Amino acid sequence: MDVMPKWADALLIPLISIIIAFAISAGVIVAIGEDPVEAIRLMIAGTFGRSDGIGFMLFYATNFMFTGLAVAVAFHARMFNIGGEGQAALGGLGVALVLLSVPWPHWSIALLAAIIGGAAFGAGWAAVPAYLQAKRGSHIVITTIMFNFIASALLVYMLVEVLKPAGSMDPASARFGEAVALPRLSEILGVVGIEFSPAAPVNVSFFVALLACFLVWLLIWRTRLGYEIRAFGHSETAALYAGISPTKIIIVAMLISGALAGMMAINSVMANGRLVLNSVEGAGFIGIAVALMGRSHPLGVFLAALLFGFLVQGGAELDFWTNIPRELIVVIQALVILFTGALDNMVRMPLERLFLMFRRNTPDEGTSAPNPTAQAGE
Amino acid sequence: MDFLTLIQILDSSVRLAIPLLFACLAGLFSERAGIFDIGLEGKMLMAAFFSAAVAALTGNVWIGCLAGIGSAVSLSAIHGIASITFRGNQLISGVAINFLAAGLTVLVAEAWFSQGGRTPSLSGFGENARFNGITLPFAEQAAEGGMLGQVYSELISGHSILVYVGFLTVPLTWYLLFRTRFGLRLRAVGENPAAVDTAGVSVVTLRFAAVGICGVLCGLAGAYLSTGLQAGFVKDMSSGRGFIALAALIFAKWRPWYALAACLLFGFLQALSLRPDAVERITQMDVPGQLLDALPYILTVVILAGFVGKAIPPRAGGEPYVKER
Repeated sequence: MDVMPKWADALLIPLISIIIAFAISAGVIVAIGEDPVEAIRLMIAGTFGRSDGIGFMLFYATNFMFTGLAVAVAFHARMFNIGGEGQAALGGLGVALVLLSVPWPHWSIALLAAIIGGAAFGAGWAAVPAYLQAKRGSHIVITTIMFNFIASALLVYMLVEVLKPAGSMDPASARFGEAVALPRLSEILGVVGIEFSPAAPVNVSFFVALLACFLVWLLIWRTRLGYEIRAFGHSETAALYAGISPTKIIIVAMLISGALAGMMAINSVMANGRLVLNSVEGAGFIGIAVALMGRSHPLGVFLAALLFGFLVQGGAELDFWTNIPRELIVVIQALVILFTGALDNMVRMPLERLFLMFRRNTPDEGTSAPNPTAQAGE
Repeated sequence: MDFLTLIQILDSSVRLAIPLLFACLAGLFSERAGIFDIGLEGKMLMAAFFSAAVAALTGNVWIGCLAGIGSAVSLSAIHGIASITFRGNQLISGVAINFLAAGLTVLVAEAWFSQGGRTPSLSGFGENARFNGITLPFAEQAAEGGMLGQVYSELISGHSILVYVGFLTVPLTWYLLFRTRFGLRLRAVGENPAAVDTAGVSVVTLRFAAVGICGVLCGLAGAYLSTGLQAGFVKDMSSGRGFIALAALIFAKWRPWYALAACLLFGFLQALSLRPDAVERITQMDVPGQLLDALPYILTVVILAGFVGKAIPPRAGGEPYVKER
């Protein structure tokens, strides 16, 4: 276990994995007859060349921070929540119902109510799989996948049969109204005299997402509950021996996870002005890549969310200007998941061997005594 | 509702059940050997694209089908390397494969055909570019001959070759898994790999064989989707079928004959959601189509919850095997 220093485990391995993933992505671009260097140049110019490009990047990153944190919290309890997509969709329903049912006087109160509504609906949608995992041993991965599909069917039904205003043709809810429109970053920065494109949809939710990152860090590393979640994630039997209830941890961790995914809706639904079909747009799944890449740490999730925000915005530019469709981002996302998640050992094994070789050459430097159990273990 | 409508609905149930059946049996091989596979969807999609694309380029559906199988097997190889060789997380690897297929198919389709992520319709590439229906002998005469004749001419006759192959795969799978030495070992490796290893049989080889068979069957599922059921590939055309197949697998409790029954049931539900008029006439109620769409998933959750019979997966499923602990 202690073969590698901590920095190598936390930084070097993900970095190498990501470099491999991006190198293969470049290979894919070459294989379809396009120029990867030109593609990257376009992506950077299309994102950082204009302030609305940055605005779009931050808008997407806001979504991915919420879903990434959702997956990360579940990971800490060693659970794989693939249901972020469905939980975020239900969160959107919750936000829409909250905003449509009460004529909110001001956006700030409405935002608080929407956060509660989105979180409650997201957590509610995660509650059933969580209960089934904790009490009946049904595998959380399969049940959350099933719940994604049930959520999308439910959302179609709600939009087509219930929420659609009379006389309207497209499956979308009524507009939420001007009073609850969230202030955009351009308005916020305008107060302190910084000019920012008003066309970009990034809004006050971005700061809510930053706050969520901090609160999750606080929860996981600075509270008793967080300690219990991590203890359970490391070893269920040890946690049980220490008097930690697995049922409680599974359910609480999944409720927090679902609530975080549901809160994404303040950005994707409330700021959008109405609930439409497919408001989640795969953000729930990108959250998996973000959490894996960020090693389930809020800071890592924040950075990975920014990267994926850049990729999505840059991908839209590529789609517009070249023959590379925006699905390139799905390929990159897949490769990131593959290399940072499933093929972790492929990078880790040779690297560990390298560190061992290095250590053998300087035997006196190792401070920790050789640990036979670590060898016999994993 | 008249008899012919019922037969027509059953007929489309069979057509819709076949891709589920291939994928479900694919999952059966993989999971019986202890490798979880939630990447069925991706492999099916990849095979659907390469079958249609190569069939369009060569004008020969058999070459297309082989290309589809090849593409699905190569995704299987990635899954095998990640989850067997490098003992990675099988679920994460499956998720990655699904996205890889969703992205690559559109990327390559755009590069090859420039039609917005689809292949051209196969109907424009001659007779042999897709799997056509086979009229069984005497089907036309039988159509005149009352109810039984209609069952023969409408329901049993007129499917493409892959449909009959699909039905044959069920007894074949049963025989291979439960009546051969290979099958016994394959099932053992999913329950207790250490015992298989002790007996001197390679766990790694067996698991790779299972994952390989899984790839071939997913390839057939995808090939049927784009060259049998429909005439060409469109973006995301597997539309969750891989996950319904996974649901059917759990529903069937990892057994081949039950898998056939589960896939026919789920195919029937899909066929019903295509015929809301018939559903309304039978039930005298306005059943929302979304409910029918969601029913396979709801049924699976109920089964998983263990309220209606318990579904117990192979014991070593999802765990990488580490030699010499």
